[in-house]
Amino acid sequence: MKHLKFLALGILFGIALSKTEVISWYRIYEMFKFQSFHMYGVIGTAVIIGMVFMYFFRTGKIKDFQGNQIEIKPKKSGKYRNILGGIIFGMGWALAGVCPGPMFILVGKGAWVILIVLAGANIGVFLYGILQHKLPH
Amino acid sequence: MDFIFQAWPWYVGGVIIALVTFFLFYFGKHLGVSSNLETMCSIEGAGKLTDYFKIDWRARKWNIVFILGLVIGGFISSQWMTPSETMKLNPKTVQELSDLGIANAGITFLPDEIFGLKKLTSPKGILFLLIGGILVGFGSRYAGGCTSGHGIVGMSNLALPSFISVLGFFIGGILMTWFILPYLLKLLVL
Repeated sequence: MKHLKFLALGILFGIALSKTEVISWYRIYEMFKFQSFHMYGVIGTAVIIGMVFMYFFRTGKIKDFQGNQIEIKPKKSGKYRNILGGIIFGMGWALAGVCPGPMFILVGKGAWVILIVLAGANIGVFLYGILQHKLPH
Repeated sequence: MDFIFQAWPWYVGGVIIALVTFFLFYFGKHLGVSSNLETMCSIEGAGKLTDYFKIDWRARKWNIVFILGLVIGGFISSQWMTPSETMKLNPKTVQELSDLGIANAGITFLPDEIFGLKKLTSPKGILFLLIGGILVGFGSRYAGGCTSGHGIVGMSNLALPSFISVLGFFIGGILMTWFILPYLLKLLVL
């Protein structure tokens, strides 16, 4: 039951991404073709608001629900992993027209064929887990 | 009431995404969808094969609950909040896609030529979707995050690895959309 708030946040996130058509294959196509501002608007608005509250987290002006400083875990970095992983991810994002969040939202929508993409994503993560020591990071 | 049933403008989406990101931090967590794919592999028993999947998935239960919420949100939205999926796309996009074999672009969220149920009986159709998924899964863990972790959280936090990853997303996405996808669609639709 203590996880109920995360369920609620997930539902809100799922509805918002559905209602703003972020789950649509077409929105991803037109984004990469620079034929619409829509996706840039969605992501840009979120990032700009995010920058503001992250500033308050860093300076300790906003604390978490228990009054602790909010720490933002640094992202994994490396000479190659971000750019190479990013390129591979981008190709898949453009092909299937979905990133991981919308995959789950589309399952809820009843777009059953998306389960193949989700299975593929699982296979991809599994392959990475097996091959990671052989890859440049 | 009209607002609920119509498509929401981009800034509403941006504000809600930011709000959800904020509350996840406030509750001591952080937004990141693709790490759930790792957790799923771990639950499926991949930890027996490689240490990478030896993770304590119980500590990530909150995130599994979050993606369960995504599924429910998708259901609620499609069942009760979206009487019509018809989208306002750029006429240029619609024409271009029609030339590539995707008719009636924007009548629904997903092109039938790629996501139609009959694709389940076509090896070409299955392969198209499977490869898309594999690239997304592999790339997201290699880069250390996806659109949510790098795109939203990382860029908001001015993290250099995230800006490099998002640059990669666009290099890969543009390569695919401009130069590879037209051929793949031709193969698929034929």
